[in-house]
Amino acid sequence: MTAPAPPWALLAELTHACPLHCSYCSNPLELTRRSRELTAGQWAAVFRQAAELGVLHTHLSGGEPLLRRDLEQIARAAVEAGLYTQLVTSGVGLSAGRLDALVDAGLHSVQLSVQHADPGRSDQLAGHPAFDAKRQAAALVKERGLPLGVNVVLHRHNLDALDALMELAVAWRADRVELANTQFYGWGLLNRAALMPSREQLAAAGEQVKAWRERLGGAVEITWVVPDYFSGAPKPCMGGWGAVSLTVTPDGTTLPCPAAATVPGLHAPNAAERPLRWIWEESPAFNAYRGTDWMPDPCRGCERRTEDFGGCRCQAFALTGDASRTDPACSLSPDHAALIALTRPGTPPMPVPRRPTTPDRLQERTDRRTR
Amino acid sequence: MHDPGDWCPRLPTAALLRHDEARHVDVMLLPERVVVLHGSGRAVLELVDGTRTVDEIITRLAPDHVQEIRGDVISFLNRLRTEGCLR
Repeated sequence: MTAPAPPWALLAELTHACPLHCSYCSNPLELTRRSRELTAGQWAAVFRQAAELGVLHTHLSGGEPLLRRDLEQIARAAVEAGLYTQLVTSGVGLSAGRLDALVDAGLHSVQLSVQHADPGRSDQLAGHPAFDAKRQAAALVKERGLPLGVNVVLHRHNLDALDALMELAVAWRADRVELANTQFYGWGLLNRAALMPSREQLAAAGEQVKAWRERLGGAVEITWVVPDYFSGAPKPCMGGWGAVSLTVTPDGTTLPCPAAATVPGLHAPNAAERPLRWIWEESPAFNAYRGTDWMPDPCRGCERRTEDFGGCRCQAFALTGDASRTDPACSLSPDHAALIALTRPGTPPMPVPRRPTTPDRLQERTDRRTR
Repeated sequence: MHDPGDWCPRLPTAALLRHDEARHVDVMLLPERVVVLHGSGRAVLELVDGTRTVDEIITRLAPDHVQEIRGDVISFLNRLRTEGCLR
Protein backbone atom coordinates (compact mmCIF):
# COMPACT_ATOMS: atom_id res chain seq x y z
CA MET A 1 0.00 0.00 0.00
CA THR A 2 1.38 3.42 -0.88
CA ALA A 3 1.18 6.07 1.81
CA PRO A 4 -1.58 8.65 1.31
CA ALA A 5 -0.54 12.14 0.20
CA PRO A 6 0.44 14.31 3.18
CA PRO A 7 -2.07 16.66 4.84
CA TRP A 8 -1.89 20.43 4.27
CA ALA A 9 -3.67 21.77 7.34
CA LEU A 10 -4.28 21.08 11.01
CA LEU A 11 -7.30 22.43 12.87
CA ALA A 12 -6.24 22.62 16.52
CA GLU A 13 -9.30 22.89 18.76
CA LEU A 14 -7.53 24.03 21.91
CA THR A 15 -10.60 24.19 24.13
CA HIS A 16 -14.36 23.82 23.89
CA ALA A 17 -14.85 26.58 26.45
CA CYS A 18 -16.30 29.75 24.91
CA PRO A 19 -17.90 32.94 26.23
CA LEU A 20 -20.27 32.88 23.22
CA HIS A 21 -23.33 30.67 22.95
CA CYS A 22 -23.93 30.62 19.18
CA SER A 23 -26.70 28.21 18.33
CA TYR A 24 -25.05 27.35 14.97
CA CYS A 25 -21.82 26.11 16.56
CA SER A 26 -20.48 22.94 14.97
CA ASN A 27 -18.81 21.79 18.20
CA PRO A 28 -20.24 18.54 19.53
CA LEU A 29 -23.22 18.66 21.91
CA GLU A 30 -21.10 17.00 24.57
CA LEU A 31 -18.34 19.55 25.05
CA THR A 32 -14.97 18.37 26.35
CA ARG A 33 -14.26 19.39 29.94
CA ARG A 34 -11.36 21.74 30.56
CA SER A 35 -9.62 19.22 32.82
CA ARG A 36 -9.23 16.86 29.85
CA GLU A 37 -7.56 19.40 27.55
CA LEU A 38 -4.10 18.67 26.13
CA THR A 39 -1.24 20.60 27.77
CA ALA A 40 0.86 23.14 25.87
CA GLY A 41 3.65 20.55 25.81
CA GLN A 42 1.37 17.98 24.22
CA TRP A 43 0.26 20.52 21.62
CA ALA A 44 3.92 21.29 20.84
CA ALA A 45 4.49 17.60 20.12
CA VAL A 46 1.40 17.53 17.87
CA PHE A 47 2.66 20.56 15.89
CA ARG A 48 6.15 19.08 15.41
CA GLN A 49 4.71 15.82 14.13
CA ALA A 50 2.22 17.64 11.92
CA ALA A 51 5.00 19.70 10.32
CA GLU A 52 7.07 16.57 9.71
CA LEU A 53 4.06 14.96 8.10
CA GLY A 54 3.68 17.88 5.65
CA VAL A 55 1.17 20.18 7.35
CA LEU A 56 1.79 23.84 6.37
CA HIS A 57 -1.09 25.71 8.04
CA THR A 58 -2.55 25.44 11.49
CA HIS A 59 -5.65 27.14 12.82
CA LEU A 60 -5.73 27.66 16.58
CA SER A 61 -9.41 27.39 17.26
CA GLY A 62 -11.95 26.23 19.82
CA GLY A 63 -14.29 27.15 21.49
CA GLU A 64 -12.42 30.36 22.23
CA PRO A 65 -8.67 29.72 22.19
CA LEU A 66 -8.00 32.93 24.16
CA LEU A 67 -9.48 31.17 27.19
CA ARG A 68 -6.26 29.11 27.26
CA ARG A 69 -3.93 31.13 29.45
CA ASP A 70 -1.01 29.35 27.77
CA LEU A 71 -2.17 30.29 24.25
CA GLU A 72 0.97 32.36 23.61
CA GLN A 73 3.12 29.33 24.47
CA ILE A 74 1.01 27.12 22.20
CA ALA A 75 1.21 29.63 19.33
CA ARG A 76 4.98 29.89 19.72
CA ALA A 77 5.29 26.10 19.52
CA ALA A 78 3.23 26.05 16.30
CA VAL A 79 5.37 28.78 14.73
CA GLU A 80 8.61 27.12 15.85
CA ALA A 81 7.45 23.87 14.27
CA GLY A 82 7.34 25.84 10.99
CA LEU A 83 3.55 26.12 10.65
CA TYR A 84 1.73 29.16 9.24
CA THR A 85 -0.30 29.92 12.34
CA GLN A 86 -3.73 31.55 12.40
CA LEU A 87 -5.79 32.44 15.46
CA VAL A 88 -9.51 31.78 15.04
CA THR A 89 -11.30 33.87 17.64
CA SER A 90 -14.52 35.56 18.71
CA GLY A 91 -12.37 38.58 19.64
CA VAL A 92 -13.48 38.36 23.27
CA GLY A 93 -10.34 38.62 25.39
CA LEU A 94 -8.05 39.84 22.61
CA SER A 95 -6.49 42.73 24.54
CA ALA A 96 -3.53 44.72 23.21
CA GLY A 97 -1.28 42.93 25.69
CA ARG A 98 -2.35 39.46 24.59
CA LEU A 99 -2.15 40.31 20.91
CA ASP A 100 1.35 41.72 21.36
CA ALA A 101 2.42 38.52 23.10
CA LEU A 102 0.95 36.48 20.24
CA VAL A 103 2.67 38.67 17.63
CA ASP A 104 5.90 38.21 19.59
CA ALA A 105 5.31 34.45 19.45
CA GLY A 106 5.19 34.76 15.65
CA LEU A 107 1.43 34.53 14.97
CA HIS A 108 0.79 34.99 11.24
CA SER A 109 -2.89 35.90 10.91
CA VAL A 110 -6.21 36.28 12.70
CA GLN A 111 -9.71 35.20 11.77
CA LEU A 112 -12.47 36.97 13.66
CA SER A 113 -16.07 35.78 13.87
CA VAL A 114 -18.97 38.22 13.50
CA GLN A 115 -22.58 37.20 14.09
CA HIS A 116 -24.41 40.22 12.66
CA ALA A 117 -23.59 43.75 11.44
CA ASP A 118 -25.97 45.30 13.98
CA PRO A 119 -24.31 45.33 17.43
CA GLY A 120 -27.49 44.43 19.30
CA ARG A 121 -28.44 41.61 16.96
CA SER A 122 -24.85 40.33 16.96
CA ASP A 123 -24.81 40.16 20.77
CA GLN A 124 -28.20 38.48 20.77
CA LEU A 125 -27.06 35.78 18.33
CA ALA A 126 -23.80 35.29 20.26
CA GLY A 127 -25.62 35.18 23.61
CA HIS A 128 -22.92 37.51 24.96
CA PRO A 129 -22.17 41.25 24.73
CA ALA A 130 -19.25 40.64 22.38
CA PHE A 131 -19.63 43.14 19.53
CA ASP A 132 -17.51 45.93 21.03
CA ALA A 133 -14.72 43.46 21.77
CA LYS A 134 -14.85 42.30 18.14
CA ARG A 135 -14.61 45.84 16.80
CA GLN A 136 -11.65 46.58 19.07
CA ALA A 137 -9.98 43.27 18.22
CA ALA A 138 -10.26 44.00 14.49
CA ALA A 139 -8.67 47.43 14.95
CA LEU A 140 -5.81 45.98 17.03
CA VAL A 141 -5.07 43.24 14.51
CA LYS A 142 -4.83 45.77 11.68
CA GLU A 143 -2.73 48.16 13.80
CA ARG A 144 -0.24 45.35 14.36
CA GLY A 145 -0.10 44.73 10.59
CA LEU A 146 -1.53 41.21 10.69
CA PRO A 147 -3.89 40.01 7.97
CA LEU A 148 -7.49 39.97 9.17
CA GLY A 149 -10.15 37.55 8.04
CA VAL A 150 -13.77 38.09 9.02
CA ASN A 151 -15.89 34.97 9.25
CA VAL A 152 -19.67 35.09 9.31
CA VAL A 153 -21.77 31.98 9.71
CA LEU A 154 -24.96 32.73 7.80
CA HIS A 155 -28.50 31.57 8.53
CA ARG A 156 -32.12 32.70 8.60
CA HIS A 157 -31.41 35.39 11.21
CA ASN A 158 -28.56 37.25 9.48
CA LEU A 159 -28.64 36.46 5.74
CA ASP A 160 -30.70 39.58 5.08
CA ALA A 161 -27.88 41.67 6.58
CA LEU A 162 -25.32 40.52 4.01
CA ASP A 163 -24.74 43.99 2.54
CA ALA A 164 -24.32 45.48 6.01
CA LEU A 165 -21.93 42.65 6.95
CA MET A 166 -19.80 43.36 3.90
CA GLU A 167 -19.81 47.07 4.72
CA LEU A 168 -18.65 46.20 8.22
CA ALA A 169 -15.87 43.95 6.90
CA VAL A 170 -14.64 46.71 4.59
CA ALA A 171 -14.83 49.31 7.38
CA TRP A 172 -12.85 47.00 9.66
CA ARG A 173 -10.28 46.62 6.83
CA ALA A 174 -10.61 42.86 6.53
CA ASP A 175 -8.30 41.25 3.97
CA ARG A 176 -10.63 38.31 3.50
CA VAL A 177 -14.26 37.60 4.27
CA GLU A 178 -15.67 34.14 4.68
CA LEU A 179 -19.44 34.05 4.25
CA ALA A 180 -20.26 30.53 5.32
CA ASN A 181 -23.81 29.29 5.23
CA THR A 182 -24.43 27.18 8.33
CA GLN A 183 -23.29 23.61 8.09
CA PHE A 184 -25.63 21.52 10.16
CA TYR A 185 -23.40 19.70 12.65
CA GLY A 186 -23.29 19.64 16.43
CA TRP A 187 -25.32 22.52 17.83
CA GLY A 188 -26.11 23.64 14.30
CA LEU A 189 -27.80 20.30 13.62
CA LEU A 190 -29.75 20.51 16.88
CA ASN A 191 -30.93 23.98 15.80
CA ARG A 192 -31.38 23.21 12.11
CA ALA A 193 -35.05 24.13 11.91
CA ALA A 194 -34.44 27.44 13.72
CA LEU A 195 -31.53 28.35 11.44
CA MET A 196 -32.76 27.11 8.06
CA PRO A 197 -32.84 30.01 5.59
CA SER A 198 -35.44 30.45 2.88
CA ARG A 199 -34.63 29.97 -0.80
CA GLU A 200 -35.45 33.64 -1.38
CA GLN A 201 -32.99 34.79 1.29
CA LEU A 202 -30.24 32.65 -0.23
CA ALA A 203 -30.89 33.80 -3.79
CA ALA A 204 -30.79 37.46 -2.73
CA ALA A 205 -27.61 36.94 -0.69
CA GLY A 206 -25.94 35.12 -3.59
CA GLU A 207 -26.62 38.12 -5.86
CA GLN A 208 -25.25 40.50 -3.24
CA VAL A 209 -22.05 38.47 -2.98
CA LYS A 210 -21.63 38.67 -6.73
CA ALA A 211 -22.07 42.46 -6.66
CA TRP A 212 -19.56 42.85 -3.82
CA ARG A 213 -16.99 40.75 -5.66
CA GLU A 214 -17.32 43.05 -8.66
CA ARG A 215 -17.25 46.18 -6.54
CA LEU A 216 -14.14 45.19 -4.57
CA GLY A 217 -12.35 43.60 -7.53
CA GLY A 218 -10.06 41.29 -5.58
CA ALA A 219 -8.99 43.91 -3.00
CA VAL A 220 -10.87 41.81 -0.45
CA GLU A 221 -11.01 38.07 -0.96
CA ILE A 222 -14.60 36.83 -0.54
CA THR A 223 -15.35 33.18 0.11
CA TRP A 224 -19.00 32.14 -0.20
CA VAL A 225 -19.64 28.72 1.27
CA VAL A 226 -22.75 27.42 -0.49
CA PRO A 227 -25.58 25.91 1.49
CA ASP A 228 -25.54 22.32 0.31
CA TYR A 229 -29.13 21.66 1.41
CA PHE A 230 -30.23 23.94 -1.44
CA SER A 231 -27.63 23.43 -4.15
CA GLY A 232 -28.47 19.84 -5.16
CA ALA A 233 -24.73 19.13 -5.17
CA PRO A 234 -22.89 17.75 -2.14
CA LYS A 235 -19.86 19.66 -0.87
CA PRO A 236 -16.48 18.01 -1.39
CA CYS A 237 -16.27 17.78 2.37
CA MET A 238 -12.78 18.52 3.72
CA GLY A 239 -11.52 17.96 0.15
CA GLY A 240 -12.04 14.26 0.75
CA TRP A 241 -11.82 12.08 3.87
CA GLY A 242 -8.23 12.00 5.12
CA ALA A 243 -7.05 13.87 2.01
CA VAL A 244 -6.29 17.48 2.93
CA SER A 245 -6.62 18.21 6.62
CA LEU A 246 -6.94 16.82 10.11
CA THR A 247 -8.59 18.04 13.30
CA VAL A 248 -7.26 17.53 16.81
CA THR A 249 -9.95 18.17 19.44
CA PRO A 250 -9.26 19.56 22.94
CA ASP A 251 -8.54 16.15 24.48
CA GLY A 252 -6.32 14.97 21.60
CA THR A 253 -8.95 12.99 19.70
CA THR A 254 -7.86 13.19 16.07
CA LEU A 255 -10.43 13.26 13.29
CA PRO A 256 -10.60 13.62 9.50
CA CYS A 257 -13.08 16.48 10.07
CA PRO A 258 -14.38 18.41 13.07
CA ALA A 259 -17.78 16.69 12.96
CA ALA A 260 -16.51 13.13 12.54
CA ALA A 261 -16.74 12.35 16.26
CA THR A 262 -20.44 11.70 15.64
CA VAL A 263 -19.75 8.82 13.22
CA PRO A 264 -20.30 5.64 15.23
CA GLY A 265 -17.71 2.90 15.34
CA LEU A 266 -14.98 5.20 14.08
CA HIS A 267 -12.66 4.56 17.06
CA ALA A 268 -10.99 7.94 16.58
CA PRO A 269 -7.31 7.76 17.56
CA ASN A 270 -5.76 10.14 20.09
CA ALA A 271 -2.68 12.24 19.23
CA ALA A 272 -1.48 12.03 22.83
CA GLU A 273 -1.31 8.23 22.54
CA ARG A 274 -0.38 7.50 18.93
CA PRO A 275 2.12 9.03 16.48
CA LEU A 276 0.40 11.47 14.14
CA ARG A 277 1.96 9.77 11.11
CA TRP A 278 0.37 6.46 12.08
CA ILE A 279 -2.95 8.22 12.63
CA TRP A 280 -2.84 9.86 9.18
CA GLU A 281 -1.43 6.99 7.18
CA GLU A 282 -2.53 3.83 8.90
CA SER A 283 -5.33 4.30 11.42
CA PRO A 284 -8.60 2.58 10.50
CA ALA A 285 -10.47 5.85 11.20
CA PHE A 286 -8.55 7.84 8.58
CA ASN A 287 -8.78 5.03 6.04
CA ALA A 288 -12.49 4.31 6.57
CA TYR A 289 -13.72 6.54 3.72
CA ARG A 290 -10.49 7.41 1.98
CA GLY A 291 -10.43 7.20 -1.82
CA THR A 292 -13.37 5.70 -3.73
CA ASP A 293 -13.38 1.97 -2.88
CA TRP A 294 -15.88 2.36 0.00
CA MET A 295 -18.47 4.12 -2.17
CA PRO A 296 -22.00 2.82 -2.66
CA ASP A 297 -24.17 3.44 -5.70
CA PRO A 298 -24.86 5.96 -7.16
CA CYS A 299 -21.41 7.37 -6.22
CA ARG A 300 -19.46 4.33 -7.38
CA GLY A 301 -20.14 4.88 -11.06
CA CYS A 302 -20.50 8.68 -10.91
CA GLU A 303 -18.23 10.98 -12.90
CA ARG A 304 -18.09 13.40 -9.99
CA ARG A 305 -16.85 10.86 -7.44
CA THR A 306 -13.31 12.27 -7.46
CA GLU A 307 -14.62 15.85 -7.27
CA ASP A 308 -17.11 15.68 -4.40
CA PHE A 309 -16.05 12.31 -2.89
CA GLY A 310 -19.67 11.37 -2.31
CA GLY A 311 -20.16 14.45 -0.12
CA CYS A 312 -19.99 14.49 3.64
CA ARG A 313 -19.87 11.28 5.71
CA CYS A 314 -21.04 13.01 8.87
CA GLN A 315 -24.06 14.45 7.07
CA ALA A 316 -24.87 11.07 5.51
CA PHE A 317 -24.87 9.61 9.02
CA ALA A 318 -26.84 12.47 10.57
CA LEU A 319 -29.59 12.21 7.97
CA THR A 320 -29.71 8.48 7.14
CA GLY A 321 -28.07 6.76 10.11
CA ASP A 322 -25.46 5.26 7.75
CA ALA A 323 -22.19 7.14 7.21
CA SER A 324 -21.36 5.18 4.05
CA ARG A 325 -24.45 6.28 2.08
CA THR A 326 -24.35 8.98 -0.58
CA ASP A 327 -24.69 12.42 1.04
CA PRO A 328 -28.43 13.28 0.83
CA ALA A 329 -27.41 16.77 -0.34
CA CYS A 330 -26.74 15.15 -3.74
CA SER A 331 -29.72 15.28 -6.09
CA LEU A 332 -28.81 11.71 -7.17
CA SER A 333 -29.05 10.38 -3.61
CA PRO A 334 -32.04 8.10 -2.89
CA ASP A 335 -32.46 10.15 0.33
CA HIS A 336 -32.50 13.57 -1.37
CA ALA A 337 -36.27 14.07 -1.06
CA ALA A 338 -36.07 13.80 2.73
CA LEU A 339 -33.42 16.51 2.79
CA ILE A 340 -35.46 18.81 0.56
CA ALA A 341 -38.40 18.38 2.93
CA LEU A 342 -36.22 19.92 5.68
CA THR A 343 -35.82 23.12 3.65
CA ARG A 344 -39.56 23.78 3.27
CA PRO A 345 -40.79 26.78 5.20
CA GLY A 346 -42.60 26.12 8.46
CA THR A 347 -42.71 27.85 11.81
CA PRO A 348 -39.14 27.75 13.00
CA PRO A 349 -38.59 26.90 16.68
CA MET A 350 -36.43 29.05 18.95
CA PRO A 351 -32.72 28.30 18.78
CA VAL A 352 -31.06 26.50 21.72
CA PRO A 353 -27.95 28.40 22.87
CA ARG A 354 -24.71 26.41 22.97
CA ARG A 355 -23.75 25.72 26.58
CA PRO A 356 -21.81 23.06 28.42
CA THR A 357 -24.32 20.54 29.65
CA THR A 358 -24.61 17.01 30.94
CA PRO A 359 -25.56 14.34 28.40
CA ASP A 360 -28.80 13.56 30.29
CA ARG A 361 -30.12 17.08 30.17
CA LEU A 362 -29.15 17.34 26.56
CA GLN A 363 -30.98 14.17 25.68
CA GLU A 364 -34.06 15.66 27.30
CA ARG A 365 -33.74 18.80 25.17
CA THR A 366 -33.20 16.82 22.00
CA ASP A 367 -36.19 14.59 22.73
CA ARG A 368 -38.37 17.59 23.39
CA ARG A 369 -37.36 19.17 20.11
CA THR A 370 -37.74 16.15 17.91
CA ARG A 371 -41.14 15.21 19.27
CA MET B 1 -1.84 50.78 -21.47
CA HIS B 2 1.12 50.55 -19.10
CA ASP B 3 4.08 48.42 -20.01
CA PRO B 4 3.84 45.33 -17.76
CA GLY B 5 7.59 45.62 -17.17
CA ASP B 6 7.10 48.90 -15.24
CA TRP B 7 4.94 47.44 -12.44
CA CYS B 8 6.64 47.17 -9.01
CA PRO B 9 5.09 44.02 -7.54
CA ARG B 10 4.83 43.68 -3.78
CA LEU B 11 4.18 40.59 -1.66
CA PRO B 12 1.37 40.85 0.90
CA THR B 13 2.90 41.44 4.36
CA ALA B 14 1.55 38.10 5.45
CA ALA B 15 3.29 36.09 2.71
CA LEU B 16 5.90 33.56 3.72
CA LEU B 17 8.28 31.86 1.29
CA ARG B 18 9.63 28.52 2.42
CA HIS B 19 10.66 25.07 1.37
CA ASP B 20 8.15 22.27 1.88
CA GLU B 21 10.29 19.35 3.03
CA ALA B 22 7.52 16.77 2.75
CA ARG B 23 6.65 17.55 -0.88
CA HIS B 24 10.10 18.71 -2.03
CA VAL B 25 8.80 21.98 -3.47
CA ASP B 26 9.02 25.68 -2.60
CA VAL B 27 5.79 27.31 -1.47
CA MET B 28 4.34 30.72 -0.70
CA LEU B 29 2.09 30.65 2.35
CA LEU B 30 -0.78 33.10 2.90
CA PRO B 31 -3.77 32.88 5.22
CA GLU B 32 -5.80 29.81 4.15
CA ARG B 33 -3.71 29.47 1.01
CA VAL B 34 -0.66 27.67 -0.37
CA VAL B 35 0.95 28.59 -3.69
CA VAL B 36 3.28 25.85 -4.96
CA LEU B 37 6.26 27.44 -6.75
CA HIS B 38 7.76 25.49 -9.64
CA GLY B 39 11.00 26.14 -11.51
CA SER B 40 12.43 29.56 -10.71
CA GLY B 41 9.18 30.77 -9.09
CA ARG B 42 10.80 31.23 -5.70
CA ALA B 43 13.86 32.97 -7.17
CA VAL B 44 11.54 35.47 -8.86
CA LEU B 45 9.54 36.12 -5.68
CA GLU B 46 12.73 36.53 -3.62
CA LEU B 47 13.47 39.53 -5.86
CA VAL B 48 9.99 41.04 -5.39
CA ASP B 49 10.43 43.81 -2.82
CA GLY B 50 7.88 46.48 -3.79
CA THR B 51 10.56 48.80 -5.24
CA ARG B 52 12.01 46.81 -8.15
CA THR B 53 10.12 46.87 -11.43
CA VAL B 54 9.33 43.65 -13.25
CA ASP B 55 12.04 44.44 -15.81
CA GLU B 56 14.60 45.01 -13.03
CA ILE B 57 13.63 41.68 -11.47
CA ILE B 58 14.11 39.92 -14.80
CA THR B 59 17.48 41.55 -15.38
CA ARG B 60 18.70 40.53 -11.93
CA LEU B 61 17.38 36.99 -12.34
CA ALA B 62 19.06 36.26 -15.67
CA PRO B 63 20.95 39.20 -17.19
CA ASP B 64 21.95 37.16 -20.24
CA HIS B 65 18.49 35.75 -21.00
CA VAL B 66 16.14 38.69 -20.52
CA GLN B 67 14.30 38.27 -23.81
CA GLU B 68 13.83 34.50 -23.43
CA ILE B 69 12.27 34.65 -19.97
CA ARG B 70 10.50 38.02 -19.97
CA GLY B 71 7.14 36.68 -21.20
CA ASP B 72 7.11 33.79 -18.71
CA VAL B 73 7.99 35.94 -15.71
CA ILE B 74 5.36 38.56 -16.60
CA SER B 75 2.63 35.97 -16.97
CA PHE B 76 3.66 34.27 -13.69
CA LEU B 77 3.50 37.56 -11.77
CA ASN B 78 0.26 38.61 -13.44
CA ARG B 79 -1.37 35.32 -12.54
CA LEU B 80 -0.38 35.74 -8.89
CA ARG B 81 -1.79 39.28 -8.93
CA THR B 82 -5.09 38.07 -10.39
CA GLU B 83 -5.29 35.48 -7.61
CA GLY B 84 -4.72 38.16 -4.98
CA CYS B 85 -1.26 36.88 -4.01
CA LEU B 86 0.66 39.96 -5.20
CA ARG B 87 -0.09 43.66 -5.00
